[in-house]
Amino acid sequence: MTNQSYEKYSKKKAKKSPLLKNICFAFLVGGLICTLGQAILNCYLALGIDKERAASLLSITLIFLACLFTGFGLFDRLAKHAGAGTLVPITGFANAMCSPSIDNKAEGYVLGVGAKMFVIAGPVIVYGTLTSILLGIVIYVLSLFGIDIIHLIV
Amino acid sequence: MNRKVFEFQSKPGILSSCAVGGRLEKEGPLGSYFDITETDTTFGMESWEKAETKMVEICSTLALEKAKAAADEIDLVFAGDLMNQCTASSFAFRQTQIPYIGLYGACSTFALSLGLAAMSLETGFAKRTMAVASSHFCSAERQYRFPIEYGNQRTPTSQNTVTGVGAVILGEQQGERIAVTEFLPGRIHDYKIKDVNNMGAAMAPAALYTLKRYFSFSDKKPEDFDLIVTGDLGMEGKNILIELGASHGLILGENYNDCGVMIYDLENQDVHAGGSGCGCSASVFSGYLMDQLRCGNLNDILLVGTGALLSPTTALQKESIPGIAHLVRIQRVK
Repeated sequence: MTNQSYEKYSKKKAKKSPLLKNICFAFLVGGLICTLGQAILNCYLALGIDKERAASLLSITLIFLACLFTGFGLFDRLAKHAGAGTLVPITGFANAMCSPSIDNKAEGYVLGVGAKMFVIAGPVIVYGTLTSILLGIVIYVLSLFGIDIIHLIV
Repeated sequence: MNRKVFEFQSKPGILSSCAVGGRLEKEGPLGSYFDITETDTTFGMESWEKAETKMVEICSTLALEKAKAAADEIDLVFAGDLMNQCTASSFAFRQTQIPYIGLYGACSTFALSLGLAAMSLETGFAKRTMAVASSHFCSAERQYRFPIEYGNQRTPTSQNTVTGVGAVILGEQQGERIAVTEFLPGRIHDYKIKDVNNMGAAMAPAALYTLKRYFSFSDKKPEDFDLIVTGDLGMEGKNILIELGASHGLILGENYNDCGVMIYDLENQDVHAGGSGCGCSASVFSGYLMDQLRCGNLNDILLVGTGALLSPTTALQKESIPGIAHLVRIQRVK
């Protein structure tokens, strides 16, 4: 039995994730979260709040709800069925910040909560910022040649 | 060839055993065989690490009570767990006066501590020894995977770390008894499996080669045993071991099972491929298997503790997962 043949064998043998089911759940739950978001946005707009502020308030509300559900131990129960459906909207980011904060409370507020809060979301922030800088450079360089990419897209 | 199987002439007896488990373990098919199960898996403590320490304290104290032995009558304890620097075990025994040896054999720790506890009796240096191993789902999850409340999706090959402790007390005993009669420490086998969510596949070759080595030394055949039980290969690893065994001339039949498969109801409990962790084989052996040995349903068994010797750091550095399997024979002797 060689390493390669065993690796191949064990991979073939491994029970596969139910891809279709996962995708369907992700689509449904993700869609529901977005619908909920739209409903909340409409409520804020109906209250006479301007569009920009209403959008910020919506993000805050969804983050609050995701953190609340994380605290009650319900978020992970939904997420194990929903997968990307809960991960991709802002709820996933909130859970990624909130869950390590709860987890590391025993190690204190500075080196526990404060430091470990970013253990999952940290890379998202780092590479998100980096990507936006790179994109900014691309847009700038293109603008030197008279191409206004922002107005082309929007 | 390495030295053959360590055979214990003195046939040290198991004086008492105790198993403690959490909520999922209580709800599993072996739930009634645990001495103590706690629905509140914090065990009343403020951190998961303290909870695991508390579990070890409860379990070892009850094992002592059941053996009618005081702590200072135990000459040596071998204990291990999955936590960094093995603290669940060492913190649990810091209040006692028992000479302590901390072990790390990943999930194979219980078979390792049982074998060493029997060895130290065989040498005559100790009169009574204790073997303990523990794991806690939450302390393991925090250390090896994600925060407890983090919403992620697990693969079907992943296993659920058992919240459980098993403790046994061994001693010189005469007459009919349940005894540890043989011990075969495992070699490390690495078949370059890197998927940390498929530990069963990483450990199965180690179990295969330990069993093959054992049967090459022994005049016994696999079917001569009432039960051959691996530690925590889970459904994935169990099936691999049966298939690999068949192609290597080791036929494992109806008398083969795996603690990780036995401890949970794989259909109805959300545990994917089954249980894992030091506490898996430790609590299944100290609870269910000891009960079956005592009442005579089982008289001669092989416990093959399986361990995946990785760390979170080596996994991130894309190292493969070395596996190990220690074999202990437990039988009724007269």
